[in-house]
Amino acid sequence: MNVERTDLPGIGTSHVVTTARGRRIGIVSHRSGRRDLVIYDKEDPDTSVVSVALSAEESNAVAEYLGTARIVEHLAELQRQVTGLVTEQLVIAPGSPYDGRTLGDTQSRTRTGASIVAVLRGGDVHTSPRPDFGLRAGDLVVVVGTAAGTEGVATLLTDG
Amino acid sequence: MHHDTILIELGAVILALGLLGALSLRFSISPIPLYLLAGLAFGAGGVLPLTTSTEFISAGAEIGVILLLFTLGLEYTAPELVGTLRSSAPAGIIDLVLNAAPGVAAALILGWGPVAAVAMGGITYVTSSGITAKVLGDLGWLGNRETPVVLSLLVFEDLMMALYLPILTALLAGVGLLGGTATLAIAAATISAILLVALRYGHIVERFVASDSDEVLLLKVLGLTVLVAGVAELLQVSAAVGAFLVGIALSGPLAHTARELLTPLRDLFAAVFFVFFGLQTDPRALPPVLGVAALLALAGIMSKMATGWLAARRAGVAITGRVRAGAALLPRGEFNIVIAGLAVAAGTNAKLGPLAAAYVLILAIAGPLAARAAEPLVRLYLRRRTKPATT
Repeated sequence: MNVERTDLPGIGTSHVVTTARGRRIGIVSHRSGRRDLVIYDKEDPDTSVVSVALSAEESNAVAEYLGTARIVEHLAELQRQVTGLVTEQLVIAPGSPYDGRTLGDTQSRTRTGASIVAVLRGGDVHTSPRPDFGLRAGDLVVVVGTAAGTEGVATLLTDG
Repeated sequence: MHHDTILIELGAVILALGLLGALSLRFSISPIPLYLLAGLAFGAGGVLPLTTSTEFISAGAEIGVILLLFTLGLEYTAPELVGTLRSSAPAGIIDLVLNAAPGVAAALILGWGPVAAVAMGGITYVTSSGITAKVLGDLGWLGNRETPVVLSLLVFEDLMMALYLPILTALLAGVGLLGGTATLAIAAATISAILLVALRYGHIVERFVASDSDEVLLLKVLGLTVLVAGVAELLQVSAAVGAFLVGIALSGPLAHTARELLTPLRDLFAAVFFVFFGLQTDPRALPPVLGVAALLALAGIMSKMATGWLAARRAGVAITGRVRAGAALLPRGEFNIVIAGLAVAAGTNAKLGPLAAAYVLILAIAGPLAARAAEPLVRLYLRRRTKPATT
C-alpha cells in the first residue's frame, strides 16, 4: 500500500493513502492535535472534495472503528469455518485416572474423534501438546470436536 | 489635561474593533481591512478624531508589530525554515521578482526615488500568511496537492522579510553608502547570531523560559521578545525581525503553550497597530491614489496568479490546482502594512501611506473572494472546453 507523507510548514503534516481502486484518502495532522479527514475527487487527484475536521478524541474513536471492523470481520470468518464444531474446556480433577500420565495414554482422538488442542496450566498456554505431554490434576484441557466427541473426552478424563 | 477622557476613548476604540471583528466573522472576511477603515475614521480628518489616546495607541502599535512577528516565528521551527529555503528557492525567487516588480516600477514612474521603490516593492510582494492560512482552512484546501507549494512560498516570503526589513530600515534611516554598508554588516551579524542561537542553542533558550506556571511563562516570553526586539532596533536591525527570530528559537510544546498564551495579546495589539496605521492616514488623501492602487492591485493579482501557476506546475499539479495556488496567494495584509508603517515613520513620500492602505484594503477583501470563486470558474471553463470534443 502506498502512503505519501508531505510536510505542511506552519500547520503539520499530511498523509495520503491511495486505495487499490485508485481512490485517494488523506489525513491532515495539525500540530494542535486536530485532524482533517480528506477525500479526494475521483477524476482530479489534486483536489479534495470533502474535508472533515476531527478533534483528537474523535480521530481516536474513528481510528478504533477502522481497526476493529477488521477484527470483527476476522472473527466472523473463523466462526463460519467451524460451524458444527464445539470447543470445550475440561479440568483434570484430582483423582482423575490420567493425573500423572501422558496425553498419548488417553488415546482421546482414536476413541472419541475430538482433539485436545491446548492445555492451560498455571496461567501458561501449551498449544498443540504432543502425545508425550504429561497431564496433571488442575490442568485445563481445551477440546475441539463434535458435541458427542467432546462429551466423550469429558467422560474419558474422569472415568478412564 | 484631558486625562479623564483617555479611558473613554480607549474603551470606545476597542469596543468598535470588537464590533467590526464580529462583522468580519459574519461575512467570513478578514478583519484587517475593517480595522484599517476604523483607523481612518478615528484619525485626523476622519469622522471621529481621537484626542487623548493616540500616544497609548502608538506604543501599542509597536508592541503589535513585535507580537505579530513573534507568533509568526513560533509557527516555524528552524529546521523547517532551512529545509524550505533549500527546496523552494526557485519558486520563491520567481515569487519575489514577479511581485516586487509592480511596486518598484510604480514608485520609479511616480518619481518617488529608489528608497521608496524598495519599500513599494516589499508592499506589493508579500502575501498575508495569516489571511491565506485562514482561506486554505475555510475552503478545505489543506489536503490539496498544491497546498504544500503555497505554504512553502509563504515560509520563503517570511524568511525574505527577515532579510528585507533590516535592509529597508537602513535605507530609510538615510545612511550613506559607507554608513549603509556598516549598518548592513551589523544587521547581518546580529541576524546570524540570533539565528545561530535559534538553530543550535534553541533548547537553552527554552530551558530558560520554561515554567509550569502560565503567568511566569507569559511574562518571561513577552519580556524576552520585547527586549530582543528593542536591542535589534538599537542595532538598526528592526524590532520586528528580532521578535521573529525569538519566535523561531522556541519550538515544540513550549512554542505551543507560548502561542496559546500570547495569541489574545497579539490579537489586541495587532488590531491596535492596524488602527494606528489608519490613524496616520488622512482619508482625504485616499481618493487621489485610488487609481494607482487599483492598477497595482490588478498587477498584483496577475503576478500572484502567475507565481501560483508556475510554482504548482513545478510540483506536477494540474490546471485547477495551479489556479487555486495563485488565488490562495492573492491576499495582502499585515506585512504590507508593517513595511508601509516603517516607510511612513521615516518620512518618505506622503502618498506612500495612503497608497499602501488602499492597496491592502482592495486585496485583503478581493483576495479571499477571488479564492472562493477560482475553483468553480476553472471547472466551468474546463467543462466548456471539453464539451465540443465529446458531443
